[in-house]
Amino acid sequence: MIHLSLPAALSALLAGIGVYGVLARRNAVLVLIGVELILNAANLLLVTAGSRPGAPLSAGPVLTLFVITIAAAEITVALAIILVMFRRTGHIDLTAVPDLTDDEPDEPDDPDDPDDAGDPGDAEDPRAADRDGHPRDATREPAAAGEALA
Amino acid sequence: MTTRDIVFTAVGAVTALSALLSVTTKQVVHAALWLLVCLGSLAGAYLVLGQELVGLVQLLVYVGAIVVLVLFALMLTRAPIGPHAEIDTPWWQRLVGALLGAATTALLASLLLPLFSGATADLDTPTTTTPRVAQAVFGTWVWPFELLSVLLLVSLIGAFAVSRLVLHRDGGDGARHPGTVSAGARSDGRG
Repeated sequence: MIHLSLPAALSALLAGIGVYGVLARRNAVLVLIGVELILNAANLLLVTAGSRPGAPLSAGPVLTLFVITIAAAEITVALAIILVMFRRTGHIDLTAVPDLTDDEPDEPDDPDDPDDAGDPGDAEDPRAADRDGHPRDATREPAAAGEALA
Repeated sequence: MTTRDIVFTAVGAVTALSALLSVTTKQVVHAALWLLVCLGSLAGAYLVLGQELVGLVQLLVYVGAIVVLVLFALMLTRAPIGPHAEIDTPWWQRLVGALLGAATTALLASLLLPLFSGATADLDTPTTTTPRVAQAVFGTWVWPFELLSVLLLVSLIGAFAVSRLVLHRDGGDGARHPGTVSAGARSDGRG
């Protein structure tokens, strides 16, 4: 015999800790850890409610299994997004100001860059065409254009 | 206070303590490892509550797969080794977070504790709930179950598609050498 107020209290505690984890972390993966704690609080509550006598349809354990599956799917997609964010920005700090501007092919000339200004092959450079706003081949990816340049 | 109550209190204390450590530790990898302890002891809590199947699935999926994924993500994003203050928000934001977390706990406890006060589960008869769970999964819940398998497939394909995204900008390096954008972004994310 077990008193079900104990797992209910643990569930409330885990949910509060998870909320703190989501709010107090800047690292995106650690925010996900907080989300996992909240999901586990929900799971524990489902199991607790399912072990009351007379719970119909085995709903508690079955729904817990479903939530575990959904958590697996969620974390897969979330980690893929975090990896893309890391490849693009070099960090996974969620409080950093996001750079949401479009990709601009005509970035301003860098004076420190020796091979940027006064390049003799500038007219033949496909990036030069981009700089004027008339891309030579609009359907090409920049990566493909770079390969042609190389 | 029955024996199961005592055992659950012990397991629950381990769970709550490791959860607290996993959200407060300053070391990134330690957070994932404390999460592992928390989820493992939560599987123990499910065992104490008499749901062996849920406990074992928790061990397999959460401890075996999700925490490993989190650890891999930490490695792939160059998690700093050692104490690192940059992973936390400023102290006032953490204070607000702690207040909100405590408020969540208080709200849920004030709702749930009266609801479950005096409720007991008789788990001492030697029965297993696994056959009933299996019958329910493949009987009443069979359509959600099948939909979940589709959801898993879709999320796997979606994660693959998202991780193959090539975003054509990382600092100035990729713009100057457009042919190496994807490789450069992958190999030196910090430029």
